[in-house]
Formats: sequence, C-alpha cells, structure tokens
Amino acid sequence: MLFTSYGFLFFAAALLLLYYTVPKKLQWGLLLIASYTFYFIAGPEFFPYIIATTVTVFLSALLIERNAVKQSEYIKEHKEELTKEQKKEYKDKQKRKRLTVFVLCLLVNLGILAVVKYADFFVSNLNGVVDAFGGTGNLTFISLAVPLGISFYTFQSIGYLTDVYRGTVKAERNIFKFALFVSFFPQLIQGPIGRYGALSETLYSPHRFDTKTVGYGLERVLWGYFKKMVIADRILVAVSTMIKAPAEYNGAYSLLIMLFYTIQLYADFTGGIDITIGLAEAMGIKMSENFIRPYFSKSLKEYWRRWHISMCSWFREYLFYPVSVSKPMQKITKFSKKLLGEKVGKRFPLYISTAIVWFATGIWHGASWNFIVWGMCNWIILMVSEEFEPLYKKFHEKFPRMGKTFAYKLFCVGRTFALVCALNLFDCYRSVADTGRVFFSLFCAKNWNIFVNGALLELGLTVTDYVILACGIVLMITVSLLQRKESVRDMISRRPYPVRFAVWYGLFLIILLMGAYGIGYDASQFIYNQF
Amino acid sequence: MKTSAKKWIKFCVSAVIVVFTLWLLQCLLLPKYVTGTVEGAFIAEYYDEVKDHDVIFVGDCEVYENFSPIVLWRDYGINSYIRGSAEQYVFQSYYILEDTLRYETPKVVIFNIQSLCFPESRNEAYNRMSIEGMEWSFSKVNSILASMREEERFLDYVFPILRYHSRWEQLNGDDLEYMFKTKKVSHNGYYMRVDVRPAENVPTGKPLADYTFDSRSIKYLDMMRDLCAEKGIELILIKAPSLYPYWYDEWDAQIKEYSAKNGLTYINFLELTEEIGIDYSTDTYDAGLHMNLAGAEKLSLWLGEYLTAEAGLADRRSETELALRWEEKIEFYEAEKQYQYEFYGMNEKAD
Repeated sequence: MLFTSYGFLFFAAALLLLYYTVPKKLQWGLLLIASYTFYFIAGPEFFPYIIATTVTVFLSALLIERNAVKQSEYIKEHKEELTKEQKKEYKDKQKRKRLTVFVLCLLVNLGILAVVKYADFFVSNLNGVVDAFGGTGNLTFISLAVPLGISFYTFQSIGYLTDVYRGTVKAERNIFKFALFVSFFPQLIQGPIGRYGALSETLYSPHRFDTKTVGYGLERVLWGYFKKMVIADRILVAVSTMIKAPAEYNGAYSLLIMLFYTIQLYADFTGGIDITIGLAEAMGIKMSENFIRPYFSKSLKEYWRRWHISMCSWFREYLFYPVSVSKPMQKITKFSKKLLGEKVGKRFPLYISTAIVWFATGIWHGASWNFIVWGMCNWIILMVSEEFEPLYKKFHEKFPRMGKTFAYKLFCVGRTFALVCALNLFDCYRSVADTGRVFFSLFCAKNWNIFVNGALLELGLTVTDYVILACGIVLMITVSLLQRKESVRDMISRRPYPVRFAVWYGLFLIILLMGAYGIGYDASQFIYNQF
Repeated sequence: MKTSAKKWIKFCVSAVIVVFTLWLLQCLLLPKYVTGTVEGAFIAEYYDEVKDHDVIFVGDCEVYENFSPIVLWRDYGINSYIRGSAEQYVFQSYYILEDTLRYETPKVVIFNIQSLCFPESRNEAYNRMSIEGMEWSFSKVNSILASMREEERFLDYVFPILRYHSRWEQLNGDDLEYMFKTKKVSHNGYYMRVDVRPAENVPTGKPLADYTFDSRSIKYLDMMRDLCAEKGIELILIKAPSLYPYWYDEWDAQIKEYSAKNGLTYINFLELTEEIGIDYSTDTYDAGLHMNLAGAEKLSLWLGEYLTAEAGLADRRSETELALRWEEKIEFYEAEKQYQYEFYGMNEKAD
C-alpha cells in the first residue's frame, strides 16, 4: 500500500477517526492492529519475518535484562561473602551469558536480513569469481522477495536490543507493545529508524484529540504529498528517460541527471518522511526529525549530520562507537602507532572504523556494488577533508573574515551540493560502470546546446512541467529558509483563519491539480521503500 | 457568539467552499465532447429522451455510424435509438442495455457482434466514453468493475476530477462554454459523416492462432440474450458491413451456430452489400471502416423494411406527439447534413 494510493488515504483517515474514538487506553492496541493490517496488505508472505524479529528480540531483551537484574541482586545479597575477585568472576560469567544471548539474537536477525537481501548478491559475486578463474559459477539464486521495511525494522530492533544490553533502556515486558514499536506502520516503509527510549513513551501513551496537534500533523502530511507528488514524481519522468539510455544521455546531460536526481531524491525522501512524521503527529505521536535542511550544508560531514539523521546516528551509535572501542581495534591502534608513529598511527583506527561504517551504510542501501562504491566514495571524501582540516584551519586563521562572508558560505554550500549530486549518480544508475561513464563524459561534453535547442522538452516534460517544477523548488527553498528562524506551521498558525484556510486548501488544490498521479503518470513508489 | 458556534460556522463555511470549488473545477475539467471526439457524449444524451422506443441498438461504432434512426422513422415510422460508443465492449453493451431496460422495454434490441472479439478492455479512453455518460445505477457500477484495466481505479469514476486533474493544460473555449450545459451532437445516437473516402486496398485478416470467441464475451452475450428473453424482447444480432477490422469466416460460423442454437436472428450485412446497394467507393468516409451518411441511409432503409416485415413493427408516424418530437430531430438532422456538405465542399449533393 503506497502512501500515494487511495487505499492508504482511506486507511489513514479511517485510522485517525478510530484512534480518537476508541478509549484512550486502547489507542496503542489499535495502532498495532493497523500496523499489522498494513503489513499484511503489503504481503502476507512477509509476516513470518517481522514476527520472527519481534519475538526473538523481545525474548532476548527480557533474558538479558533478567540476567542483569539477577546479577545485581546476587551481588547485593552476597555483598559481604564475596571477594572482589569472586565478584568480578561472577560478573564476567553473567556478562558472557548476556553477550551470548545478544550475539545469538543479532546473528538470527542479521542472518534473516542477509539471506533475504544479500544472498543473491553474494551468489552472483561468487559465480563471477569462479567464472573469472576459468570455472563455471552456477550457484543457484535464492530469489526471495525482500520483506517490506526489513532494513528499517531490523535496525530499529537491534538498536533496542543493544540499548537493553547496555542497560540504557528497560526491556519492554508487553510483547504487543514491543510488536507495535517494531511495526509502527508510518515509519515501516522508509523510517525514520526510531529509538526505543524516545519513541516508546509517545507511542504507548494515550492521546487526547487536539485540533492544533491534528491540524499541524495534517499540514505536514499535505506538505509531504506536495513534495512527493508535485515535484518528485514529476521530475522522475525526465530522470527515468535519461537513466534508461546512458549511451544517449551523457555529456552535458550528466549535469542535468545529477541535478534532477538530487532534487527528486530530496523531494521523494523528505516528502515521505513528512507524511510519516505528520501522520504520527496527527495521532499525538512525536517522532524524531530525519532531515535538517541537508542541502544547506557547508561540508559533506555536516551534510551527513543533516541527511537521514536517524540512520546516520544509528550507525554512529551502534556500529562506529562499538567498533572503535573494540579489543581488535585497540590492538590495531597499538600496532599502527608502533608502525606509523604516534601522530599518523593514532588516526589509522579511525579510518578503519569509518570505512566499516561507510561500507555498512552502502550495503544497507542495497545489495549491489554501486551502493558499496558510493559508501566508500563518501568515506574517502570525508577522510581526505579530515586530513585537510589543519590546512583549512590555517587558511581561516590567515583570512578570518573570509569564512564569515555570505559569498564564501554560499560557495561552501554549492560545493557540498555539487559533491552530493555527483555521489548520487551511483544511486541513480545502480551501476558503477554506467555511473563512471556518465560522470566522466561530463568533462568532454560537446552537447552543451541541449540547454537551448529544445532537447529538454524531449525528456518527457513539457514547458508547463518545468514551470511547475521551478515554482515547486522555489517554494521548497523558501520554506527551508523560513524554517531557519522558526517553524513555518507556527507562522501560519498566527495568521487569521481565512489565511490559514487559504494556505491549506491552496496546497491541497495544487496537489490535486498538479500532482503527478493517475493515468498517464507512472505510479512511483518512494525511493527509500526499496532499502 | 459562543466559541463553539463560531467554530461550527467556520467549519461549515469552509466545507461549503471546498465542495463548491471542487464541483466547479470538476465541471471545468471534464471533457465536453462537443467538438472533435464527440463520441464521448453519445451515451449521456439518451437520458434526455422520452423513452418509448421500438428498437434499441447497442454496440460500438459499427452501430452508431452505420444506422440512421432518422431514416427508420421518416420512412417506416420506427422509433429507435442507438446506445453505442467508441469501441464499446460486449460487457459494456450488456450493462448499457440493462440500464436502458430500467427505463423502457423496446420490442427489438439489435446488437452488433464485432466486439465479441475483445473479451477485455483495450483502452481506458474507450472505457471512459462508454461509462462516464451513464447515470449512476448498479448497471454503471458493474460496467465499471467489468471494464477497469489494471491502471484504472474505481474512485476515479466516482470523482472524475481525479482522472482529469491535469486537463487544465488543455482547456479551451468549449470547456468554459459547456461547463454547465451541453449540446446535442448525435441523432438518436447516430454519428453523421457525409464525406467520402473510398475503400481501397483493404487488408485481409492475418491468420489467428485461435478463432474461438473468449468465454467472457460469450458469457455477456448469453446474459444479453437472457435479459431480452426475460423482458419479451426480440434480440437480433448483426454484423455491420465494415470491411475492417476483418471479420473472419470462423467467427461468422460461431455466431451462426450460436444464433441457430438460441433461436436468434443473425444478419451479416457483409453478405448483403450487393442487395442493399452499398458502394464502397462512395458510401464510406474512412476507406471501409464505417459508412458515411449515404451508406448508413441505405442500410437503414433495408433494416426498416426488414423490421417492418419480419419483426412486425408498426408505423407510428400517426402518433402526433411522437411525430412532433421527430420533426425537431429531422430538422436538426437536415441542418447538420447541410452544414457538413458545405464544410466538406459537397454542395452539389446538398442541392
């Protein structure tokens, strides 16, 4: 059930109505039923996967917590009798037990993810390697359908399990409540990846109908639909035309593809997240933000703090930090310091940890080499700019005023945007070879006249489409600029009712009349659904 | 005023504005079918009629372009109406017939069987032309459900603005002029064309893997037969003398067998062209696909003769009220004929 389908609109409207009609203590139960219904409609065959994750993570978390409680009680009880060594020995033993449960549960869930999402990728690469060495790689593909939202709910569940293991959150004792945390339908499709500590309270607590909350939520939903249906799905037509024929659309077209796809990706993903957060907000559920005007970032590092925040923070919290402080990494640090000297050797483990994170980030997006290369390119750029940091620092010390000028900031934003556009090509083409071919064709382009000879009108977009896109993009930028000062919804809410009504209804009419939906438009699922 | 009352007023005024503007927009954006592709208007025109017809034609362009109810009235006193639209499929014809029979019970129903070769809808635009003009009824709902292609959605038929939301790019003068009204474009469902394009090099049909009509087509034909039988209506199956799409002998044999088995009359006009005097160099406007006015009038004269003699239809020209209604229709028919002769530079014929 796509967010842009009539079915989803009916589903969401009916749920909202029911949500505020049923007794408040039943609200979370209703959400669980709705989430499972949503998941069931997406494909009953996917149900066992989400149930397996829910049950294994729920039980493992309980076991881990019970063991931790038992440990502290035992030590408390035998405080006087046990020596320090005995206590340590007992603690280590219990910790190993918890770790065993934790690792087993991780293996089960990452195993499920690996089999359904990555097994065929592995098989295809293995066959390729065998072929390359003169053999015949004929391992059969598993060809399993990837369950809806598996990357999102698996990561969310693992995050919860890790938090329980670390003792930062208490294990949930009600399996149905936990099932809701795993399957909460608006975020199931494309995130944000919720953290149990932040989400659980708002998810399970009763919510009273409040016109302001519901209004704010629906306003955001409308804005999400505007971005998705008016901008993303319209520009998609041109993007699809170009990426289908890389041999034809290269040279100066590369510039266009990078720009168009970057706009599409932003409008599509942030639009989807707006719908998710807005719908949750309309039900009184606060979800964490996933974007903070990412295209206004002045560096790639900053960009990754503002784009897909929940995923980035997940990797930071649950992969980068554990890997950085792990025993093998400590050994590597010692070794590299010895080999490369204190200054360089100290940085070496950082490179390895971030490389692991970016490899994981890449492959999380999809089981193909383009995503892995995309991840590693991000890593290289980030590491290189990290290495150049002292140089930048010296430059700014020498020209202290320059860094504060608007022109310089604009340059930094433009530079980062261009970099992001280029990196997005990997995602756009889903092929490293095509990405390389199209990207490098830009530097020997001879077809710059496409911008003036009417070729742009042969990409499936009319003049009207370009005008709508231009106006839509200007509106998105304006909203982003206004957001820097305060929430646009707060600004609107201070206006008299007729103005507010005109804004809401105007936006609705724009989506209704200018949205790329129905016959003649290809229904496009959200890009991040596929991850 | 109390706050809650104010809130209610705000809500009601907003709701009225929303409903009214959406209705206005829908009126503006819906295709008007008054010029150009006028076929989309035919189905809706029926509802303005006084419904006491002797004969109802159902089918695709092979009925609404090949038979003139005006001739049937003028020369035989037969009150007839054509309920047809472009590429109207057999299932749509069935539901249109069912819809028609809610209003009247004619003596004869004539169904053109060309559409039996299309068990499923091939084009959304044709679905729209056949269905949109129908008034809401179970027949319409069933016709939508039977016709919808994979890319179509039921809700788009309920709220056509969802289907035509992007038509604002193509709006023209007609859309404003006929936003709240319409004008008659057919002559009791007949689409008049007076121009001539002789039939030359008509392609023969390519051999088919299987000539058997799909069971879905036959199912709807059976339903049509049962519906007519239930109401005591004589169902006549016809094949209009269109040279293309090609009518295979194997198809013809199946229809002959079906009609013989079910006691129905089947008239294949392709076998009667000489008797009727159809001349494909002068009687067609699109190289043999459809008859022009001359061809349609010849066919109608033959059919009028047949219906009078074989189906026993009485001459109703003496019914004053009915005759008055037809007088207006004939006037409109003649005026358009005159207009088209002039438009196509065929004044000598008009004279």
